[in-house]
Amino acid sequence: MLNQLTISELTAKLARREVSSREATQACLDQIARVDGSIHAFISHNAADALAQADAADKEIAAGVKKPLLGVPIAVKDVLAVKGQPLNCASKILGNFISPYDATAIEKLKAAGAIIFGRCNMDEFAMGSSTENSAFGVTKNPWDVTRIPGGSSGGSAAAVAADECIASLGTDTGGSIRQPAALCGCVGLKPTYGRISRYGLVAFASSLDQIGPFTKDVRDSAILLGAMSGVDPRDSTSVPQPVPNYAAALDGNIRGLKIGLPKEYMIGGLDAEVKASVDAAVKKYQELGAEIVEISLPHTDYAVAVYYIIATAEASANLARFDGIRYCARVDGADPMELYSKTRGAGFGAEVKRRIILGTYVLSSGYYDAYYLRAQKVRTLIRNDFLKAFETVDAIVTPTTPTAAFKIGEKSDDPLQMYLSDIFTISCNLAGIPGISLPCGFTKNPKLPIGLQLLGKPFGEETMLKLAHAYEQATPWHQERATV
Amino acid sequence: MASAELDVKYTAHLARLALTPDEEKKLGAQLGNILGYIEKLRELDVSNVEPTAHAVPMVNVTRADEIRPSLPHEDALRNAPRQAGGLFIVPKVVE
Repeated sequence: MLNQLTISELTAKLARREVSSREATQACLDQIARVDGSIHAFISHNAADALAQADAADKEIAAGVKKPLLGVPIAVKDVLAVKGQPLNCASKILGNFISPYDATAIEKLKAAGAIIFGRCNMDEFAMGSSTENSAFGVTKNPWDVTRIPGGSSGGSAAAVAADECIASLGTDTGGSIRQPAALCGCVGLKPTYGRISRYGLVAFASSLDQIGPFTKDVRDSAILLGAMSGVDPRDSTSVPQPVPNYAAALDGNIRGLKIGLPKEYMIGGLDAEVKASVDAAVKKYQELGAEIVEISLPHTDYAVAVYYIIATAEASANLARFDGIRYCARVDGADPMELYSKTRGAGFGAEVKRRIILGTYVLSSGYYDAYYLRAQKVRTLIRNDFLKAFETVDAIVTPTTPTAAFKIGEKSDDPLQMYLSDIFTISCNLAGIPGISLPCGFTKNPKLPIGLQLLGKPFGEETMLKLAHAYEQATPWHQERATV
Repeated sequence: MASAELDVKYTAHLARLALTPDEEKKLGAQLGNILGYIEKLRELDVSNVEPTAHAVPMVNVTRADEIRPSLPHEDALRNAPRQAGGLFIVPKVVE
């Protein structure tokens, strides 16, 4: 089945002319038709447009054109601008918005020959950990449709896990790529802050957001990271750091590399099966020749509190642009003030309203120093914890999530419990370092994926990927597929 | 740190966000709970710590001040709820 292939498998077959891009794209579309009624990974997709792109790619292949992703179907989270396609951020407020331009990451993938198709479901404006906050319905976990796929990029993760695409894109502000990747059993990577341009990504928390790939193996993750990275004059926070050939770093030789095991991550709420899988992974790393070093990240316990001040503060400012003037489903009012309030009141969902209110409050006169400034200072302490640890280790290993996928509805009425489910992924964004989640086992009954998280030094993606790849190749987990 | 009393109605006004009385009530309880949790940051002494706004700070990112291609006018207006004569239409602002 062509839709089950990895990027490297498909591009090899395309290069040998064993298959066409049209066949591969059609296989993804057929799988969507077969399973997406029960998974709901996609808000929408345009089959005719995808096939037209595939035909164009097949013509180029026939003409001998060489591009790294030529003919590979890649699905996109509904928060990234793709010219001519709808963009809703899984919110009602954007109405019938059609993107007038491509995000830089999309532009780069198109230039590399990818077929860009579909709008993957997500928590509204990327705010959530379960994809239950979508105005377009809940996405289901392909391993168990009574459970959440994680979030906010739940649709992108489920689409890869259910083989509805070859790979997909998500965004990660506090774990929104790594957490759903862990819960759906695929590979999800959040790059170093500034590695990939955020131009054309609808901003949630500008100092934390990064775009990244969901893939079926680590090699594909390296391929897509390389294809999207690089400085961009349209994003002044993108960093002019050379882009290495990430896939070339995957040589399996991790002998002598030092991996830190933070003692603060072995917390009370950590599920016994998750802990056992992570312990086994640590042992596997030792067998493969890596050295495990116990480290301390003493401010870990404050990360969730810091995050929910900084992320909501930035969100309240960023989401001010959704006011019903230049775009949005407008609700009329007697004056501009009433128009803004009514448009936003009618258009935003409950979680978005909650975060806008919290963010507005922590930035408001009299509270700024107590909340926002203090949070920024604790952010410094959290970042310093990591920089200190990286003086002695090459990477850090942790569980990605405290538990496997929880039931739909289980935490949706308790925002604080939902926020605490991101406890292992949030520090990475505050520190601006790269992180990856990859499969490291399954719970027994029901069978649900468990994710292993590796965190790297700033711009240390090569070492992080090398370590992820070595473990993946030494274990069977990535070959298991959800039966949908 | 400030008290965990959050005036939802006033904050919603600052955010230009119309809420129903039900939403105000529910948000008040939930945000009180979240602010209570956030209070834990008071445990730390941050008196000699510099704030971090960006993890990878880039300073003075500039470009040449020259005209470059930009979004065509009609494309920029295409998603407008109301437009006419190449402009966004809004309610009357000044009498």
